[in-house]
Amino acid sequence: MYQVGIDIGSSAAKAAVLNEGKLVKTLLLDTGFSGRNTADRIYGMLEQEGITKENAAYVATGYGRISVPYADRTVTEITCHGKGSWFLFQENGTVIDVGGQDTKGIMLKNGRIMKFVMNDKCSAGTGKFLEVMTNRLGLTLEELSGLASLGNPVVISSMCTVFAESEVISLIGKGTPREDIAFGIVESVVEKVVQLISQVQGDQYFLTGGLCEDEYFCGRLSHSLKAPVKSMPEARYAGAIGAALLAEE
Amino acid sequence: MEEHTGLPKTFEEFVEARKQGFLTVKEFKENGGKLAGCLCSYTPHEILDAAGVATVGLCGTSNETIPDAEKVLPKNLCPLIKSTYGFAYSDKCPYTYFSDIIIGETTCDGKKKMYELLAELKDVHILQLPQGQDRPYAKDIWYEEICLFREAMEKKFGVEITEENLRKAVKKRNRLRKALCSMYQLQETCPPALKGTEMMLALQQGTFTFDLEKQIANIENKVEQARKAYAAGERPVSASAKRILLTGCPSGGVIQKVGMVIENNGGVIVCLDDCSGERTNKLLIDENADDILRAIADRYLSIHCSVMTPNDGRIDNTKEMVEKYKVDGVIEVVLQACHTFNVEATQMRRMVEDAGIPYMKLETDYATSDSGQLETRIAAFIETL
Ligand code: SF4
Ligand code: SF4
Repeated sequence: MYQVGIDIGSSAAKAAVLNEGKLVKTLLLDTGFSGRNTADRIYGMLEQEGITKENAAYVATGYGRISVPYADRTVTEITCHGKGSWFLFQENGTVIDVGGQDTKGIMLKNGRIMKFVMNDKCSAGTGKFLEVMTNRLGLTLEELSGLASLGNPVVISSMCTVFAESEVISLIGKGTPREDIAFGIVESVVEKVVQLISQVQGDQYFLTGGLCEDEYFCGRLSHSLKAPVKSMPEARYAGAIGAALLAEE
Repeated sequence: MEEHTGLPKTFEEFVEARKQGFLTVKEFKENGGKLAGCLCSYTPHEILDAAGVATVGLCGTSNETIPDAEKVLPKNLCPLIKSTYGFAYSDKCPYTYFSDIIIGETTCDGKKKMYELLAELKDVHILQLPQGQDRPYAKDIWYEEICLFREAMEKKFGVEITEENLRKAVKKRNRLRKALCSMYQLQETCPPALKGTEMMLALQQGTFTFDLEKQIANIENKVEQARKAYAAGERPVSASAKRILLTGCPSGGVIQKVGMVIENNGGVIVCLDDCSGERTNKLLIDENADDILRAIADRYLSIHCSVMTPNDGRIDNTKEMVEKYKVDGVIEVVLQACHTFNVEATQMRRMVEDAGIPYMKLETDYATSDSGQLETRIAAFIETL
């Protein structure tokens, strides 16, 4: 019997398959326009590997969780990220998930969620902010981090994505080096994330979501939080793994 | 300022239910009925009752009139204030439209300044509340305000507000308060006898019923029916539903957005802890007090709302409610730009967390733009309980 977790985020869709308590497969797709379509594609991909309704239980999570018609039930991404992170890290601490449109902080103790916070409607400190800025600079996320690590401090003070974008445009206009602008962009996200999770502080942090393999970002976060920030490649799938854990047989 | 006797110019554009509302109130007025619009728990209703004036709650709970209101009021203002003003501005609410007078109090800054603009559209009487209850002279100031209010209403409606009528009004209002409290107490059992949202809707309906006797009867019936059904084994709420106390700003505008979402995601509201709840309604007035007007004044001033400083009474009361209703989690709703409740939320959170109960604050308005986000937060909160 397989346990399948499907996490339909605002920009990426993830799937994780567990078998006898072990992570046996992960999938990563663009969510695209239709969560429903993406969910169907995931089903098809798993079906080819012999994982179907016949031998698997499915739990959907994420912002598009309601568009997975074959899911046995839905659970919010908060609970799933908490469960999934506990599965991966097995330690007390606070999970930081920088998602496409939401950033969350989840305080974990002995596998239980003690408290969580989530950003409000505004996209400051989320993946959306980074996406807008990298597009503006014509960079990929990896390139942005690479440049930022060479930059000198530049402050981008607007919290609002739209205003921050104009700030970046005027920095470009003034001829500010791209490295410095990149530095300012990453710091702006770090600052907003740190502010958001100030209510769920821990002795250590676990970074999940799309930025989990970005060492530079982890380092800056750790610097600001004055505490270790751990991550691992599988942390990108934390939500999906948590959902899979909740899929009963 | 014009007295409305006819229908608004836009009447023909209204949907059927709204037209009906207008016609009902118009008829009430044509038959000699007098109507006062009220906006706050501090309004001493007995004075109006004793003057033979029907009261109706005009607290704005809908997003519909906010764009209209924003033509005059700033955007960054509490939605309740904007909605209330918007109804007056756009002639969309029959009760606002036909009310002879609107009664306001100097509560929060947004409201009291809005009344200045509202007074351009409607006759408005403002009662000046003290900023706190603890000064030795606070009660006297408020008593003087109540006396002025009584005089103003006598003059406006050409009646005498007699002591006898005041006592009658007190008795009736006490009955309403007791009926409401018995409705709230239906939620003490596990599982509770009612859905919290059903209770919230009943309350909201009540504020639009200008026959007080009928309003009391409606609530009493509801309680009676729910008790019978429960005794007969009906369980409208699942026993595993997480028991939520809903506190913060007036919740009438977020019944769908917050109330329903709580109850559709495995929770049930067992205690409605806004100013229309038990905290306010358990305060009765001594029907046999020597000075009945004093007794009325004292009761209203003892209401705990975040517009008062200090306001420890609200926090203490919530603490009691958390135990009484065996609450699993506390959700506080702060309407956008409501500073008093927003700041006080820190004290509320501390008390709740010290009691070992999870707490979550939601800041929102009446628009639907953040519904998805709110749903995730509410559902996640309930999942963690
Ligand atoms: S919350 Fe306070 S100011 Fe607002 S209606 Fe209630 S008592 Fe009045
Ligand atoms: S909710 Fe707050 S800001 Fe709005 S009217 Fe009431 S006290 Fe004022």
